[in-house]
Amino acid sequence: MERYYQPEIECASREEIRKIQSERLVKQVQNVWDNVPMYRKRMEEAGLTPADIQSVDDLHKLPFIEKDDLRDQYPYGLLARPLSDCVRVQSTSGTTGRRVVAFYTQHDLDLWEDCCARAIVAAGGTKDDVCHVSYGYGLFTGGPGLNGGSHRVGCLTLPMSSGNTDRQIQFMTDLGSTIICCTPSYAAYLAESIHERGVRDQIKLKAGIFGAEAWTEEMRHDIEEKLGIKAYDIYGLTEISGPGVSFECSEQTGMHVNEDHFIPEIINPKTGEVLPDGEKGELVFTSITKEAFPLMRYRTRDICVLSREKCSCGRTHVKMSKPLGRSDDMLIVKGVNVFPSQIETVLLNQGYPANYQIIVDRVNNSDTIEVQVEMTPEMFSDNLSEVTAKEKELVAGLKAMLGIYAKVTLVNPKTITRSEGKAVRIIDKRNLYKG
Amino acid sequence: MTVKQISVFLENKPGKLAAFTKLLSDNGIDIRAINIAEASDFGIIRMIVKDIYNATTLLKDANYICSVTDVLAVEVKDEPGALSSLIAVLGDKDVNVEYMYALTNRIKGVAYMIIRPNDQAKAIAALEGSGMKIVSTEQLF
Ligand SMILES: [Zn+2]
Repeated sequence: MERYYQPEIECASREEIRKIQSERLVKQVQNVWDNVPMYRKRMEEAGLTPADIQSVDDLHKLPFIEKDDLRDQYPYGLLARPLSDCVRVQSTSGTTGRRVVAFYTQHDLDLWEDCCARAIVAAGGTKDDVCHVSYGYGLFTGGPGLNGGSHRVGCLTLPMSSGNTDRQIQFMTDLGSTIICCTPSYAAYLAESIHERGVRDQIKLKAGIFGAEAWTEEMRHDIEEKLGIKAYDIYGLTEISGPGVSFECSEQTGMHVNEDHFIPEIINPKTGEVLPDGEKGELVFTSITKEAFPLMRYRTRDICVLSREKCSCGRTHVKMSKPLGRSDDMLIVKGVNVFPSQIETVLLNQGYPANYQIIVDRVNNSDTIEVQVEMTPEMFSDNLSEVTAKEKELVAGLKAMLGIYAKVTLVNPKTITRSEGKAVRIIDKRNLYKG
Repeated sequence: MTVKQISVFLENKPGKLAAFTKLLSDNGIDIRAINIAEASDFGIIRMIVKDIYNATTLLKDANYICSVTDVLAVEVKDEPGALSSLIAVLGDKDVNVEYMYALTNRIKGVAYMIIRPNDQAKAIAALEGSGMKIVSTEQLF
């Protein structure tokens, strides 16, 4: 039987959800008009006042904001509350330029944890579960978000953080972890390691909640089969709150957006026009309950599809597809969509710097992809087999993430070409579209 | 008693090794022994030099990744069977050798083996227990 963390809202009628959204949106617009100079200026430039936004039907009138706006307003420009009301900061990994820093009041944290609790309950979590959180803790939202959600559900929470696979597996077997929360690439790696150690029969996992990076259905099936679990997707952005903006239910056909807190829209990335449900476009969020750091029509750059078809789980909130790519940096290699962000995630998870270069070429009518990674003193050893073992681990991680083989080349530090201070990430030698 | 070895990461590309050796010779680094372990796309150079500090500073300034490891320099007779008896001494005490390389000596009839054991303390005990001579950096120059 399907269980819910907050059934009254998760299964509310569409009319009720619309009513809640409209009320909250109107309040939020007034709030940012009063408290955030950038929003007021943008609205004035668009000839709007708060009175123009009466319901969700008026949302499309508001101007968009983008990641660059967040960087420009760094650190305090978008705060809608005095700093003294804020209790937490989280941040994005920020590989280029200034990072994005998000602020939370206690109320913001409470709602965020509720969202994560909904995801855990949707994955079958109860107070009898042992929830093993292997997302990174710290500025990254993965660990803190799922940790908070797990507490709310009442699970015994293991704040493992990422890395140290031996210790992860030992806790898993000794304390009988039943739910694992981590990135899908780390889950694939853990599954592999558990098999190698021959301890699969000592693992009691039944579900996994995997997010923070793009993954494929193949990866899902692989992880589910190897670990004997059901693998659930979870989506979120630090800018909006963190994991739990949307989450998968037992149907596994998309992620329910927590619409009482976040209003999603799909737009044409070129024109900004709002697209109907079922059409592919850029995902835009408006956070209607955020106190400290509200984002109005924030362009995520993720390409998604929304669906309002009735879900067998009983939840009524709109479902979004897995992000199908980024609106700006997708590569197609051997017919497979490859995103630099996927490669970056694997590198960071394995302790490499996010300074890398992707070289795509075509040899004998077949695409090749090479990832050049800068060697670090930490990864280096006088022992050749130790270095090659790490290199092999990276190749395996990339294969699990991308679904295709990528050659890894370790290079000296500071050899990756930079132009205007920004690293050139992709060199595509195929010239397929020339002429 | 151990000897300090510098290990350097080197890309496996044309000209890289030449540039590396030129940097050392241009700066007057006295290399007593050098050994290269190769993977497909990179190599690890291991070397014994007279002035560790000068050499590592020079390499770091030139953006090389390097590390300093304690290894053992063992004197062996320059004659058949000397190497296998050395390995037997270590093997008898369950010491594995991660890698080893030789350097010839200025004294005739004697050679040195640079050994990186998996367990330094056990290796030293085994070697000393069987009367093998472990030498210092100074003795190598
Ligand atoms: Zn559902």
